[in-house]
Amino acid sequence: MAKEMRIVLRNADQINPEKIEDYLQAGGYKALEKARSMSRQDLIAEVKKSNLRGRGGAGFNAGMKWSFVPEAPVKYVVCNLDEGEPGTYKDRTIVEKDPQRLLEGMAICGHAINSNQGYIYCRGEYPYVVDLLRRAIDQARDNGVLGDFDIEVRMGGGAYVCGEETALIESIEGHRGEPRFKPPFPGVSGLWAKPTVVNNVETFANLPDIVMQGGEWFASIGTPSYPGTKVLTLTGDVVNRIPIEVPTNTTIREVIFEFGGGIRGGKKFKAVQIGGTSGGFIPESLLDTPIDADSMRNIGATLGTGAVLVMDETRDIVDIVTRISKFFEHESCGKCNPCREGTFRAYEIMKKINNGQAAPADLDKLALLSRVMTKACLCGLGQAAPGPILTTMEHFNSEYQARLQI
Amino acid sequence: MATIQDIITSYKDKPGGIIEAYHAVQREYNYLPEEAVEFAAQVFGISAAQAFGVATFYSYLSVAKRGQYIIRMCESAPCHIAGADILIKAFEDALGIKVGETTADGKFTLELTECVGQCQGTPVITINSIPYIDMNPEQVPTVLALCQ
Repeated sequence: MAKEMRIVLRNADQINPEKIEDYLQAGGYKALEKARSMSRQDLIAEVKKSNLRGRGGAGFNAGMKWSFVPEAPVKYVVCNLDEGEPGTYKDRTIVEKDPQRLLEGMAICGHAINSNQGYIYCRGEYPYVVDLLRRAIDQARDNGVLGDFDIEVRMGGGAYVCGEETALIESIEGHRGEPRFKPPFPGVSGLWAKPTVVNNVETFANLPDIVMQGGEWFASIGTPSYPGTKVLTLTGDVVNRIPIEVPTNTTIREVIFEFGGGIRGGKKFKAVQIGGTSGGFIPESLLDTPIDADSMRNIGATLGTGAVLVMDETRDIVDIVTRISKFFEHESCGKCNPCREGTFRAYEIMKKINNGQAAPADLDKLALLSRVMTKACLCGLGQAAPGPILTTMEHFNSEYQARLQI
Repeated sequence: MATIQDIITSYKDKPGGIIEAYHAVQREYNYLPEEAVEFAAQVFGISAAQAFGVATFYSYLSVAKRGQYIIRMCESAPCHIAGADILIKAFEDALGIKVGETTADGKFTLELTECVGQCQGTPVITINSIPYIDMNPEQVPTVLALCQ
C-alpha cells in the first residue's frame, strides 16, 4: 500500500495557520537561521544538490535557476501563487494550512540570491488567501524573523496567462498580463528590469526542509531525476477528492485507486488528465507510470501542477475536450498570432466535431494546427493548449471517429 | 463610502499599483466607473487607453456596471463534468436573467468564470468571491436567500 509522505504539508492540520507561535514551536524559521549562517554559494550548491525541480509545471532545477542570477544592487524574489490550472488547489492548500512556511522559503531564496524584497502574486480568485498572507507577513515582521527581507502580496485579476512568469511580472508592474519575449530571462532582467527569481509556492515550501535535512536527503526521495514529493489534488469521478502529498515514484494507478479510493459509484475508469487543463489525457494502459515529470513526459503527458482529473466510463471525451478548447480560446491573451487565432480555430473545429458536423479532413486540420501551435506559440499557454486534443486523438480516437459525419 | 479619487490616490506611490487600486475601487463600487479609469490614468501617469487596456484585460475587473451580488459559475472541465451546465440553467431560471446580465433591481449579476481552485467540491460557484462548493440545482433558492 503506497503511503503519503509529507514535507510541504508537514504542519497541515497540526498547527494553527493564523499563529506564527505555532509555526515557531514546530521548528519554524530554524532553516532560515541555518541558511543565513551559510555562504550564498554553499546554500545554492545545497539546493542544486537536492535536485529540487520547479513545482509549477516547467520542472526546472531551482538551484540552477538561482545560480544564473547576476550581481546587482536590487533583485527580487517572486512567488507564483496564480494557480490557475483547472483542477488544481494545491498552492491554496499549502498556504491555507501553513503560510509561514512559504514566507520562510522565500526568505531562504532571498538570502541565496542576495535580495531583500519578495512579492507574492496571488490569484484574484483567492482574496481570503491574500488576507491570510498579509496577516502572516505582519506577524513575521513583528516577530523579527524575516530580518531585512520584506514581502508584499499583490492580487491578480483572474487571467490564467498570468501564471506564466513574464506575464506575472507584467501584471505586478501594473500592466496587461501579456508574456514577454525570452531571452532575457527573468533571472537576468525580470521585475522592473531587475534580476528576479520566480518560483512556485510548492517550490519555496520545500526549501526549509532541504536546508535542515540537506540536499542529499531530499535527492534520495522518490524518482532520482525528479526527487522529493508532489502535492496532487484529486478531482472528478474519484471517491476521495482530496489533496495528497506523495513521493514522486508513486504511480498514477496508486494515486487514483489507493489514495483516491477508485472510481465513484462503482463505475469503471476511462481516462485521467493530470497537470491541469493543458495536461495530456491518459488511458488505462499507462496507469503504471510514476508521476515524476520525466516519466510523465515520456508517455506524452505532463505532471504540470499535479491536478488529477479522473473521468469514469460514462464521460464524453470529445465534449470535455471541446470545453477545454473554449477555456484556451477565452484565456489566450492575444499577443501572438499562433495562439490567438489557433485557440479560436481549435475551439471552432472541436465544436464542429462535438456537434457531429465534422468530416475526416477536419480532424487532419485540427491535428496539423495543434502541432503548429506546439511549436509556434510565444509562451507555454499556447504551446500546451493542444495537449488535450493531441493526446485524446491518440488514445481515444474512436470517440472522434464516431462523431464524424458519414 | 470613500470617494473614487481618494481610493486611487492612496495607491499612488505603489509601483505598478494600478491593479491594486482597481481592486480597491471594486471592493466599494463592484465595478470600475469610467471616471475611475480616467482618474487612475492621471494618477499613474499613463494614457487613458493604457488604463482601459489594463481594466479590460482582467476578468475580475469590470468597466460595466454590476449588481450588488456577483455570482460566478465555474465552467472549467472539472465543474463541467460535475454538471455546471444544469446549475447555470438553474440560476438563470431562478433570477430570470441570462449569463452576463444583471437583475432589474441591481441585486444580482450572473457571470461565468474559469476555475476558482475549489475542485475538491465541484461544481463550484462564488458569490462576491466566497466559494460555495458541491452545489446542486436544488440549493439555488437557499443560496440566493443568503444574499441579504
